[in-house]
Amino acid sequence: MIRILRQIFRTGIVTDRTSHIDDPRIKVVGINLDASSKKCLRRSMTVRQVDAGSCNGCELEIHAMNNPVYDCERLGIHFSASPRFADVLLVTGPAAINMEIALRRTYDAVPAPKIVIAVGDCACNGGIFGETYASLGGIDKVIPVNVYIPGCPPTPSDIFNGFYKIFL
Amino acid sequence: MKRLEDTLVAVFGSDATRDENINPVTCCVPAQRFAEAAGILKESSAFLCAQWTTDDTLADSHGGFSVYACFREGAQYLIVKSALSHDNPAFPSLTKHYLPAYRFERQIWSLMGVTPVGHPDSRPWIKFEDWRKDAWPLRKSFDAAKPMPRVAGQYLWLRAEGEGVYEIPVGPVHAGIIEPGHFRFQAVGETILNLEERLGYVHKGIEKRFESMSWLSAVKLAGRVSGDTTVAHSMAYSMALESMTFCHVPQRAQWLRALFLERERIANHLGDIGAICNDAAFSFMLYQCSRLKEIMLATNHKLFGHRFIMDRVVPGGVTVDIDDNAKNEIRSELDFIEKNFDKLVAIYEESSSLEDRVRNTGILSPELARQLCTVGVVARGSGLSVDCRVDNPCPPYDSLAVEAAALTSGDVHARVWVRVVEIRSSIRLIRDILNAIPASGIAGQCNGVSPDSTGFAAVEGWRGEIIYWLHAGHKGEINRCMIRDPSSVNWLALEYAIKGNIVPDFPLCNKSFNQSYSGHDL
Ligand code: SF4
Repeated sequence: MIRILRQIFRTGIVTDRTSHIDDPRIKVVGINLDASSKKCLRRSMTVRQVDAGSCNGCELEIHAMNNPVYDCERLGIHFSASPRFADVLLVTGPAAINMEIALRRTYDAVPAPKIVIAVGDCACNGGIFGETYASLGGIDKVIPVNVYIPGCPPTPSDIFNGFYKIFL
Repeated sequence: MKRLEDTLVAVFGSDATRDENINPVTCCVPAQRFAEAAGILKESSAFLCAQWTTDDTLADSHGGFSVYACFREGAQYLIVKSALSHDNPAFPSLTKHYLPAYRFERQIWSLMGVTPVGHPDSRPWIKFEDWRKDAWPLRKSFDAAKPMPRVAGQYLWLRAEGEGVYEIPVGPVHAGIIEPGHFRFQAVGETILNLEERLGYVHKGIEKRFESMSWLSAVKLAGRVSGDTTVAHSMAYSMALESMTFCHVPQRAQWLRALFLERERIANHLGDIGAICNDAAFSFMLYQCSRLKEIMLATNHKLFGHRFIMDRVVPGGVTVDIDDNAKNEIRSELDFIEKNFDKLVAIYEESSSLEDRVRNTGILSPELARQLCTVGVVARGSGLSVDCRVDNPCPPYDSLAVEAAALTSGDVHARVWVRVVEIRSSIRLIRDILNAIPASGIAGQCNGVSPDSTGFAAVEGWRGEIIYWLHAGHKGEINRCMIRDPSSVNWLALEYAIKGNIVPDFPLCNKSFNQSYSGHDL
C-alpha cells in the first residue's frame, strides 16, 4: 500500500491544460439547444460510445480522453455504460452493414436531445472503407449526425474541440 | 530437421508438385487429398496458420477456384494448394486434423461459397443471417460496389438444457469503449458452462476492397485493418509486396521499421496491463499505465507526425527518419518509462488482492494452446515459444538479441507477465536499435508486379504473428489479399479458456486476450 501511495504522490497531477479552439474542420449541423440546456450540458455530459465498424484506431483516442493527461471527467464529460443515460452518442467507424441494426437500436435508446458526434474520417464519410456491400459509408447514412470530427484518427484534443462546438 | 515439403512429397510421390521458386514453398496436391496432406503435416507437428481460397476466374486459364492452407513448423512455412472446379468447388475439410480450421472454413464457405466437405458446422461466419445465401463477396462475379439487400433469416445458437441452466447474451454494443461482438454464455449459478462467440459485426469488406486498389495505395488500407496494430500490418503488407517485386529496402528503413514496431508493442502492452488490472478493480494501474502510454504516443506525434505511426511504413521503406535529437529524446523517454514501469511491476507483484484474481483464472493449457495453433502473447503465456522475430528474423532482428517470453501457467497472470517481459525486452531492443542503426536512405523503389505472382510475409505484431499473402492477377493487379491477423486464431482459444470460470471473471479473461474484432472480421 505504501508503495502505491508513494507512486501516486510522486506522479502528482499530470493533466494538461487543454485549450479549446473553434476548429474550422469540425462541422456542426442542426443542434438547437437553448441557453439553459447548453449551460447544463457544459458542466455534465454523459456520453455513450458506439463502434459502428471502426478499425479500433478511433477507440484508442477516445480511451486516451480518459487518461490522466486529458482527464475528460474534469470537463464534465462522463462515459456511460448504457445509452439510456446518454446525452451524447459518440460514434466511430464507417457504418458496417452488420452493425446497422445495433446502431439504430442504440440511437433509439438515447433520450432527447440525442446529440450524435461522428468521430473520425470513417464516421464522417466512410473514409478509406468507402461505400461497399459491407460498409454503408458515413454514420449519417443510418442516424442523423450533429457534429463531424474528421481525422484518422482525430487526436483527443480534436475530439474535445468537437465537444466544445456543441456549446458555441 | 526434415523440411515439411519433403515429408509431404515422400508420401504423395508424384501427386505433390512443389514450386520452390515461390516464397514460401508451395506444394500442389489433388483436391481430394487436401485433408490427407494436412494430416501428414500435423504428424510432423506443424501448426495450421491460415486457410483461404482464391477465385481464379480472372487469374489463369483453368478458371475455377483454389484452396490454400499455410503451415508452420519452427522457422519453416509451407503452403499446400489444390485447384478446385468452377461449377462445384469443394474440398475435404481439415477440421479432423486442426481446430482452427473450424473458423477458417466457415469463413471460406460464407464469403467465397466454396464447400468444406465434412465440416460439422454449416452455419455462416462473418456473413450474417440477413445476407442473401448466394452473396459470396470474395467471388469475382460479386459486385462489391452495390448495396446488399437484406433477407429474413435466423442464426442458430448452441443451446444448453437442464435444471438451472440459464443464458446471458452480451453485445454487440458493450459497456466500455471497445469494439462490437456478441458473446453468449450458458451458465449454472456463477459457473460458465459454455461461451459462444459471434463475430463479424465490424466486417467492412477489407479483403474485397484491396482488390479495387493499386499496390502502392493499398498499404494505407493495410494500416487500417486493425488500427491499434497499424505499424505491424502495414509492415507485413509492405514486406509481402517487396517479396514479390524483389524490392530492395534500404537497411536504415528496416531498422526504423523495427523501431516503430517495438514502440507499438510497448504502447499497446502498457495499455493492456493497465486495462487488465482495472478489470480486477485495480484502477491505480490503469491510470499509471495509460499515462506512460500517453507519453509514448505524444513522442510519436512529435517525432513521426502521428500518434500511432500510421502510414509511416510504405512499400520500399519508411517515410520518416530520425536525427540525433530524436534519438536522445527517445532514450530519455525510455529511461523515464522504464523507471516508472519497474515500480508498477513491483506493486503488481506484491498486491495479493490482484494476485487472487489473475492467478489460475482463464487457464489455456499448453496442450490446448498447441491444438488451437495459437500465436503471440496468448501462445507464449501457455508454453508455446512462437515469435517471428526469433523463428524467422527479418533484418534487423537477425542482428539483435530478441528474448521470447515463455510462461506455462496459461492463466491471466501468465499473459500479463508475457507483456511485462516483452515491454522490458522491447525497451532494450529500442536502445540497441538507436545505438546501431546504420546510415543509408530510407526509401527503396518497388518494381512493377508481374502477372500471376504471389507474395508472403509474416510479422510479429504486438498481438502475435500477422500473415499477408498477396496474389497478382494476369494483368498484374491485386487479385487477392489474404490477411491473417493473430485474432483469427486466438479468438477461438478464449472460448476454451473461459470454460469453468465464473461469469464475473469473463471481462478479465477477455482483456488478457485482448483480440482484435476488426482484424478478425476484416
Ligand atoms: S478514421 Fe481512421 S482510425 Fe478511425 S476508424 Fe477510420 S480508419 Fe480507423
